[in-house]
Amino acid sequence: MSQATLTPGETSPVPAPAAPSTARRGPAGALLRLFTSRREATIFIVAVAIIIYFAARTSAFYSYANIVTIVQYMAPIGVIGVGEVFLLTLGEIDLSAGQIFLISPWIVVWLQQAGLPIGWAITVSLLCCVVIGAINGLITVLLNVPSFVTTLGTYFSLLGLVLIVSNDAQADMPGTTGMFGQVFGISSWSEIGWALAIVVVLHVVLKRTRFGMHVTATGGNLLGAAEAGIPVRRIKVWSFMILAFGAGFIGLLDSIRIQSLDPASPGTTVMFSAVSAAVIGGTSLLGGRGTVIGATIGAIVLGVLEDGFNLIGVSANEFTLVTGLVILVAMAINVQLSRVGARSR
Amino acid sequence: MTAPGVDAGVPVLRTEGITKRFGAVVALRGVDIALARGEVLGLVGDNGAGKSTFVKIVCGFQRPDSGRILVDGNEVHLHSVKDARAHGIEAVYQDLALVPQLSVYQNLFLNREVTTLGRLGWLSTRKMRAEAKAYLDDIKVSIPNIEAEAETLSGGQRQAIAVARATRQNAKILLLDEPLAAMGAKESALIIDLVKDLSSNRGVSILVIDHNYAHLFELCDRVNVFQQGRVTFDRRVEETSLEELTELMVSEYRRQVMAGHVELGDAGTA
Ligand SMILES: Nc1ncnc2c1ncn2[C@@H]1O[C@H](COP(=O)(O)OP(=O)(O)O)[C@@H](O)[C@H]1O
Ligand SMILES: [Mg+2]
Repeated sequence: MSQATLTPGETSPVPAPAAPSTARRGPAGALLRLFTSRREATIFIVAVAIIIYFAARTSAFYSYANIVTIVQYMAPIGVIGVGEVFLLTLGEIDLSAGQIFLISPWIVVWLQQAGLPIGWAITVSLLCCVVIGAINGLITVLLNVPSFVTTLGTYFSLLGLVLIVSNDAQADMPGTTGMFGQVFGISSWSEIGWALAIVVVLHVVLKRTRFGMHVTATGGNLLGAAEAGIPVRRIKVWSFMILAFGAGFIGLLDSIRIQSLDPASPGTTVMFSAVSAAVIGGTSLLGGRGTVIGATIGAIVLGVLEDGFNLIGVSANEFTLVTGLVILVAMAINVQLSRVGARSR
Repeated sequence: MTAPGVDAGVPVLRTEGITKRFGAVVALRGVDIALARGEVLGLVGDNGAGKSTFVKIVCGFQRPDSGRILVDGNEVHLHSVKDARAHGIEAVYQDLALVPQLSVYQNLFLNREVTTLGRLGWLSTRKMRAEAKAYLDDIKVSIPNIEAEAETLSGGQRQAIAVARATRQNAKILLLDEPLAAMGAKESALIIDLVKDLSSNRGVSILVIDHNYAHLFELCDRVNVFQQGRVTFDRRVEETSLEELTELMVSEYRRQVMAGHVELGDAGTA
């Protein structure tokens, strides 16, 4: 994408901010600029469109109970999705996040059975999750292994661990009673409330802090960032830890809400949904570009699709097919938009 | 042209016997250079002669196997880019160090962001924008929109930003590894003007690697030739000529061909 030819000007080379051949004026041009400069715009339009569609199809869609169902479905996807945004922006991925989401309540159960009070059990469980994240990150940066491989390993390890320790038996989630239970999952809006808080914090971290800028820099130009003195390895390890904490925390809330644990549930569904939310939200798998807001809207889209199809009587299988197609289309649009965007600037 | 030799005595940067090997490859075999204050020193040499490795060692990105680095006559130990920076040494690398997805001002402040709230590292965006604008104006680099992402800029502009970043924090020693590579005439002129301005008006001492002798004669006060990991030739530009340099490189190339080090038709960058 050498633009060496675009540098006229007597005193200084000015890179025609809008090359006449591709820049469009008027409302169409403004719209194009909106879509290319704000990667969240596409997914936002999609979200609005499908919400209108399902609301028009069935009034059950906008009933209070159904809205609660949707937000509860999307909370874990949103939290893990925005965590994955950090990793994808770094050019990494965490396939074990769903399993961290599932193991954190199990750790609480085991610790409680071992005699630890619930408060301590939860604290230690969250610490364990952060340590798992640190292990993912450290193996990835110290052994220079693709995180795809590292976290595939942790995924299976954690899956096996849950199956072994739980003896394949379901368990009741502790901590569901009283004020504590209400705040951490039982109350209809608590899970989404926490999820939104995490999303807002991570958005601010990515866009407004030094750490976030270094995440973008590391993913955008690894060597350049390192040469500028940015501790790229530390940035990566921290990002794995942030995602692991978020996944573990929302895992606790989700289990407190459901009140029981199933050792056989695979973490892949929530993890792949989360990565999908990030990707259809406009985060590039190539690194350097990530949007927390996009991933959040992505999670809304997935939640609404799943729920809406359910309501109008389309089966889960078809939902899965549609999700796949949505991901493909969204990716194609985003890739196309970034090309147009780069050209028209 | 430049180098008023403010302090003719001690060189601002001096290296003695810098060596470096990568496994079986001996990249540097004892490099001695001396860079005077405000001087522009050119380094030429074949690909693989070790120029980039030398730059990476002086800017703290890699550690030498042996040898000494002296800044203002005092030996320094550079364990990181940060160490080198603390001594006023900045480098702009061959593999361009900008982040394509970050804006001009973000790149200019990369890893030296202006922040508030201490450890939280809250970015003072407005301040950085204003300072970026002011600084680019100051060194006469004209970028129409400092919000533009780096990947939308021309090669010359990107290189100018990289150089501007290196000098913004009062670097006294600037290392430029092939800043003019793959650049058109107008873009080269932009960088050449910038380098001249930095050296004559700001007293920055500059070490610049380039393959183009015409550029070097225009830019430099002195030229060193790098051959197989050491400096083999050191002249002020007025004491040498394009012909002499060319002859030097060609004869070295012939010598290597004779010795069987190089196949005929191999990349003779000289
Ligand atoms: N990180 C590295 N690992 C292994 N070999 C290297 C590394 N960096 C440079 N070299 C080798 O050292 C020699 C000098 O390279 P370099 O300093 O890049 O030369 P120049 O910049 O003069 O073209 C080359 O043979 C190169 O292959
Ligand atoms: Mg080189």
